[in-house]
Amino acid sequence: MNPLPPNGIPLEHGLIVAAVLFVLGMTGVLIRRDLIFVLLSLEVMLNAAGLAFVTAGARWLQPDGQIMFVLILAAAAAEVSVGLALILRMYARYRTLDTDCAGKLRG
Amino acid sequence: MTYAFYIASLIAVVATLRVVTGTHAIHALLYFVTSLLAVAVIFLTLGAPFAAALEVIIYAGAVMVLFIFVVMMLSPGPRSARRERQWLDPGTWVGPAVLAAVLLAELVWILAAGGAGGEAAGRVAPKEVGVALFGPYLLAVEMASVLLLAGLVGACHLGRNLPVEGRQGEGEAP
Repeated sequence: MNPLPPNGIPLEHGLIVAAVLFVLGMTGVLIRRDLIFVLLSLEVMLNAAGLAFVTAGARWLQPDGQIMFVLILAAAAAEVSVGLALILRMYARYRTLDTDCAGKLRG
Repeated sequence: MTYAFYIASLIAVVATLRVVTGTHAIHALLYFVTSLLAVAVIFLTLGAPFAAALEVIIYAGAVMVLFIFVVMMLSPGPRSARRERQWLDPGTWVGPAVLAAVLLAELVWILAAGGAGGEAAGRVAPKEVGVALFGPYLLAVEMASVLLLAGLVGACHLGRNLPVEGRQGEGEAP
């Protein structure tokens, strides 16, 4: 058994929480049809990945985990701006957010 | 501190579950904000106060505001007054409010115990993060700025004037 990290929380527990959040987000991407919920679930997945990075960084008391979290935040911000613009575009065209309605290229 | 981690983890998982299984976009957004606040408390208990602050400011602040704007622009059907009354219904906000109150109690408890201030053991201070960010990771910062620029250009391109046939009945100002 590994010794406890300095913050008193075992590394495995933090990673388990991150994995649970990631699986929840992935389930949301797979089962939902509303684009807003799909984008929210993607955010949940990104957030879980950031949590895993910060947990690992805190285990060895290195700042690298938090730096990866900052980069994930930048990626999430860029993804959200483009994704929401795409949602507005799709709603203006199809009057719905159902992903099945946009299943064809050149629709 | 250890108990705070587990309570916040439980809140994060419960709130995320409500996000994924929710049917109303605004309810899901409220629960998602609660989930992000719970993750921020987790960061605090893990000894990463800088990441906790960024989580609240950027995720729960900026990104969620974008989502709420888009949901309000899109939500069809009821007129705004009826919609406001519907959103002020206690069923909308009681769940996230209770979870957020538990998180607030945890935060007060951590602060009262002196866990967040000073030079506690097992903490990566913001100064170390900044030194590393603009030292060995400088190239990554530049790449992140290019990525943000790409996101800006993409959003501008997609959000330019929509074709005329798509605009009818959208209800937005010309």
